[in-house]
Amino acid sequence: MTDLGRFFWERRAEILALAGQHVGLVFVSTLLAVAIGVPVGILLIRRPRLARPVLGFANVVQTIPSLALFGFLIPLPLLGGVGARTAIVALVVYALLPILRNTHAGIASVDPAVVDAAAGLGMSPGQRLRWVELPLALPVVLAGVRIAVVVGIGLATIAAAIGAGGLGVLIYRGVATVDHRLILAGAVPAAVLALAFDAALGLAERRWGPGR
Amino acid sequence: MRSREDSSLTAPALEFIDVRKSFGPGHPAVDGLSLSVGPGEAVALVGPSGCGKTTALRLANRLLDADAGEVRVFGAAVREQEPVALRRRIGYVIQEGGLFPHWSVEENVETVPRLLDWPPAKRRERARQLLSLVGMPAEEFGPRRPRELSGGQRQRVGVARALAAEPALLLMDEPFGALDPIARRSIQKEFLGWRERLASRSRSAVLIVTHDLSEAFRLADRVAVMQAGRVRQVGTREDLMQRPADAFVREFVSEFEA
Repeated sequence: MTDLGRFFWERRAEILALAGQHVGLVFVSTLLAVAIGVPVGILLIRRPRLARPVLGFANVVQTIPSLALFGFLIPLPLLGGVGARTAIVALVVYALLPILRNTHAGIASVDPAVVDAAAGLGMSPGQRLRWVELPLALPVVLAGVRIAVVVGIGLATIAAAIGAGGLGVLIYRGVATVDHRLILAGAVPAAVLALAFDAALGLAERRWGPGR
Repeated sequence: MRSREDSSLTAPALEFIDVRKSFGPGHPAVDGLSLSVGPGEAVALVGPSGCGKTTALRLANRLLDADAGEVRVFGAAVREQEPVALRRRIGYVIQEGGLFPHWSVEENVETVPRLLDWPPAKRRERARQLLSLVGMPAEEFGPRRPRELSGGQRQRVGVARALAAEPALLLMDEPFGALDPIARRSIQKEFLGWRERLASRSRSAVLIVTHDLSEAFRLADRVAVMQAGRVRQVGTREDLMQRPADAFVREFVSEFEA
């Protein structure tokens, strides 16, 4: 164990740099997924007939094995290729479903009497959304973001397969050289990151949850 | 210009003229409704569930739009008016208050003044006035969240919120329907007091929808009995009890005596 500790310590600079890359991949992809998923989730509330097909499609995309999706993306122009950009596209695809679904579910679960009062008192549709529906849906939306981030940290290890960097680099190198210490040097920090973000976002969820 | 002012002074606060509204095929929810509420007058719409009374109320502030006929507020057809602006001039109270759970009591009461861009000091002052009117002093209750209040208190805040911008017309949909009989009785009594205490100049006209005939008699100057989308009779308690217009009204009010 101290042996493993020393192994980690000697490679701390590399582990840290790759962890930084890893967080960067997840951060950018989650941000993009929020930027797409929240507005689309709102749109699905306003156009209920679209909800079933769109959520269904997002569900299906979610079931594509991640390694296969990375592979499919490589030959695509603009979105594809080898490197971080392709990885981010794939991570956005996976982050989209929980964010989209939770935005939709969160707004749909706001007490209809409260929405009716907002309309009846003279809030415009935009004011209703900003002042009432989104604040009340926020904890559910944040829960979706939290799921997206935790899943994304796991998935991002696979991004190393297409040259996007991140902690997966150590894991792949460990697999290739049959060195379990290298595998652990990638896997343990990834797990720690996932737990840390899970805890932090859980805290945010409670902190910014409106008083019900 | 002058004649327009005159007509808005003498016009009913709310008027339904042969109004029809249906949701899809089948029986229309509101079918040839005519009713008028004078300035400062309180009128109750009563009737069995499904008689169209809530639909009628929602036509007044354009939460719904009529298929035919005309709805007028102070002489002006609502169809011609922008719904959001119209609603800000009309008070709206629903069952359980419909308070915004993430806002404090004070913020809830300030909703419409904020929508109307009143300066903060003025809307704060107004909220304090109204909270004290409904017996919930702002010092004590202002910062609380709705979930910290009893049902009766939430309902009081709902009324204060509806009155905040001094609407000349107030719509109430089963306003006290979620309360137990004792809390209900006391808020009904208080409601009459609140109306008394508002100067007659600013006393709003009220349309109350309720399925409870005794509540209607207690709160309203006149009661309109609705059935199958239209008004069968409008009148005082005495009119309805002693001179029912038809068998349906006789049957409906007979339950009150029992």
